[in-house]
Parts: sequence; structure tokens; C-alpha cells
Amino acid sequence: MPDGTPGTSDDDRIEAAVRAVLGSMAGDLTAREAALLAELEALGRTIARAKAEIAALSVDDITGAHIPSATDELDAIVGHTAEATNEILDSCEVLERLQTEVPEPASTALQGAVTRIYEACSFQDITGQRISKVVSALKAIESRVEAAVANAAGRVAPAPAAPAVPRTEGQELAHGPQLPGGGTSQEEIDRLLASFD
Amino acid sequence: MDRNINVLIVDDYRTMLRIIRNLLKQLDFNNVDEATDGQEALAKLRAGNFGLVISDWNMAPMTGLDLLKEVRADAKLKNLPFIMITAESKTENVVAAKQAGVSNYIVKPFNAETLKEKIEKVMVHA
Repeated sequence: MPDGTPGTSDDDRIEAAVRAVLGSMAGDLTAREAALLAELEALGRTIARAKAEIAALSVDDITGAHIPSATDELDAIVGHTAEATNEILDSCEVLERLQTEVPEPASTALQGAVTRIYEACSFQDITGQRISKVVSALKAIESRVEAAVANAAGRVAPAPAAPAVPRTEGQELAHGPQLPGGGTSQEEIDRLLASFD
Repeated sequence: MDRNINVLIVDDYRTMLRIIRNLLKQLDFNNVDEATDGQEALAKLRAGNFGLVISDWNMAPMTGLDLLKEVRADAKLKNLPFIMITAESKTENVVAAKQAGVSNYIVKPFNAETLKEKIEKVMVHA
């Protein structure tokens, strides 16, 4: 608000608007018109209060502390899981080296178990990609909050940064992992690819 | 199937590169090189002599799909078998990859048997 007291200024404007409506009405108000006017006034005051509350939000805390802290925590999760996964892989590689010294059928069983561990460790990639999506969502929320607060305070919201170069098809289609049931299974992909032959 | 070919694996997650490398080793593919994005991969492919590419999609600055398009547009590389291994599992992704000339498509998380089966399939047609 221009005078820095958004609530008071908006209240004045609502009162002025109600008076203008009253002044424009010829004769006495009916009960229905009076009730409608009262509702409009209450609605106007609610909007003014909401705008004042939004303008009073500590947006700097959100954009300067909460969201960066959340993204740092998420980055740390990715780092820790990568570290743990690499330690598991170190151990698997030791087991594979020892495999030649183990007689059958234990050797084959050992190889099978190590393979299962490799497969399971790919979770780290999926986890990382999912966390990247969450970080992007947090950044989008941050910019929306900034814009909402700027609008409520009568400031011009910063324009979203435009991409420096046009996005390629590969970038446009990079959605990351889908939620269970949201993507296409390997069997469906195989059928789809076969349909092109 | 010639297991002495040079294989290039491309993924921006080093852990995934390590997993795929180890799975390839189990399949007796021992000549494996790595790249962490499409641009690095393209430079290696142009400089080297590779018989198979296994690439992720979601990488920056050059994605796997954009790498695939570059490979198919390159006279020297256009027939190179190219397997996409990715978490991108929407139908539109598979269709775009197929239209760009992908040899096969594996969705993450995947298992070793699927990797083996797809490699055998594309190498037969290579």
C-alpha cells in the first residue's frame, strides 16, 4: 500500500465505496439491499485484512532461510545416500573378487546375490531425481510467495527469469521419475517399441 | 555377439555409472568408458571407436535424447546401437526416443536380466 498502512487505507476505500453506493441509491434501501450492502462491506474488509496479512508475511524468512535450508537438507540426503551406496558397491566389488576362490554352487549364488545388490542400489539414482523434483517445486513455491507478497504490498513482482536459450526436445520431455502407476512399465515399453517395427 | 567392443555409458550419477559398469563386467563387456553428459559423450564417440552406447536421458547440458539425435545425424555414428536407460517412463518419452532412432529403451529401476536381453537384441541387429 502506498502509505505503508495497508489495513487503514483499504478500510477508508471500502467505506468510501459503500458511501458512494449509498449516495447513488434513490430513496430508502430495502432490507434485502441493505443486507447485500452489509455483505459487500464485510467481504471488502475480509479482502483488505487478507491483503494486509499477506503483505506482513516474513517473506525474507521463507526465501532467505526456510527454503535454502530445506534444499540444503535435501542435497545432504542425496550426498549421504550416494556415500552409503558407494560403500555398498565397494563391498560388492570385494565379494566379486573373492568369488573366483569360492567353489560352485556357492560361487554362482554369490554372483546372483551381488547382482541383486547392484540392481537394488540403483534406488539412489531414482531418489536423487525425485529430490531434484522436490527442490524445483520448492523454488517455484518461493517465487510464487514472493510474487503474492509483492502484489499484496502494491509492489511490482519480479518477473520470472526467462530461459537464456530455447529448450531442446530432450529438456522439454525430462520429467523425471513418475509416481507408482504413473509411468509406463518395461513390458508396455517393449510392446510400444515393437509396434513401430 | 562381440563382447570386446568398446561400450560408452553416459549418466550424470556416478553411482549409476559404476552400477552399469559392474553389470556389464558380469556380462563380459570389459572395454567400458564413461561420460557424465551428452556433450562429453559426443566428444568421446567422435574421437573413439565405440560399438554400443548406453545412455541416461535426464542430464545437463545435453540430454540423452539430444545426444541420440546428434549421433543419428553424424555420418560416422549414425548406425551405432544406442540404448536409453532412464527413469523417464512416459509414453511420449518412449515415442520421442523411438522417432529419434533409439535402438532400445530400458526404464529405471531395471534388472540385470533386462539389460542383458536388450544388449543382446541390439547387438544382433548391429
